[in-house]
Amino acid sequence: MTHLPYIAASYALAVLVLGWFSIGTWVRVGVARKRLAAIDPRRASLGERVVR
Amino acid sequence: MSNAIGEATPSGGSSLHRFANPGRFLRLSGIVLPWLIGPAVVLTGVGLGWGLFFAPADWQQGDAVRIMYVHVPSAWLASSGYFGLALASLFSLVWRHPLADLAAVEIGPVGAGFTALCLATGSLWGKPMWGAWWVWDARLTSVLVLLFLYLGHIVLVRAFDDPVRGYRAGSILALVGVINLPIIKFSVDWWNTLHQPASIGLTGSSMAPEMLWPLLVSALGFTFAFAAIVTGRLRAAVMERRIRGLLMAKAGAR
Repeated sequence: MTHLPYIAASYALAVLVLGWFSIGTWVRVGVARKRLAAIDPRRASLGERVVR
Repeated sequence: MSNAIGEATPSGGSSLHRFANPGRFLRLSGIVLPWLIGPAVVLTGVGLGWGLFFAPADWQQGDAVRIMYVHVPSAWLASSGYFGLALASLFSLVWRHPLADLAAVEIGPVGAGFTALCLATGSLWGKPMWGAWWVWDARLTSVLVLLFLYLGHIVLVRAFDDPVRGYRAGSILALVGVINLPIIKFSVDWWNTLHQPASIGLTGSSMAPEMLWPLLVSALGFTFAFAAIVTGRLRAAVMERRIRGLLMAKAGAR
């Protein structure tokens, strides 16, 4: 495969950017849900009721 | 009239403001989010894997053409993400929609990330193909301006003690910056640029189908990923705002 370092760097960057935002969002939602559940359990369950 | 997010909204029962209710938004986004995450993971994985291992090399560019399967989707998302930011800003300015404020705040960093990815992968393609990491070409420069617009918006919405003033200032910047989108799109037609003109249009494509299909799958995957990330961040922002409101109410009651 020609230009392999450039190709590898491009795909690595894509994984890094997508992974960074995905994991960051997942952690942030989890922390917010736990904090909201601790303060107001009734409202924290609002987002889950229909999904179940 | 005050919504449950904690901001005053105009009365009148606008259908748009029905979605400003955090409970309704959390319920709706809770249903939609798995349908965004699933296709995002599958389509991005398939598109990038197809482009990297199975799509043919270009007769002129060789395997460097595979960078296109990351670069082009991130470029599309950089521009369409900014369009989403401008739309949220319009809703924020005209209808004072509180979810639009939060959406604009949450789109900004994601759009900036995709724009930076577009510029970085463009640079990684440019070095072996053009012999330079960067040229002050109209397309490259206008995308760099787009990155600065995103960064300016991120800074501006957080620059005021009163968040509402930040949202308004950010909205104005986002709407003024929309002028850059047609400049990005048509820069390759209006100026004599090193960057190649568009290969895909509304009426057809000049690309070989073996290259076009993985590109479209990858672009669709990136689009679902962008939507899933923004929806997730928006869910977190709604909950965080609710937490702040409850904590302030508790502190006030003491």
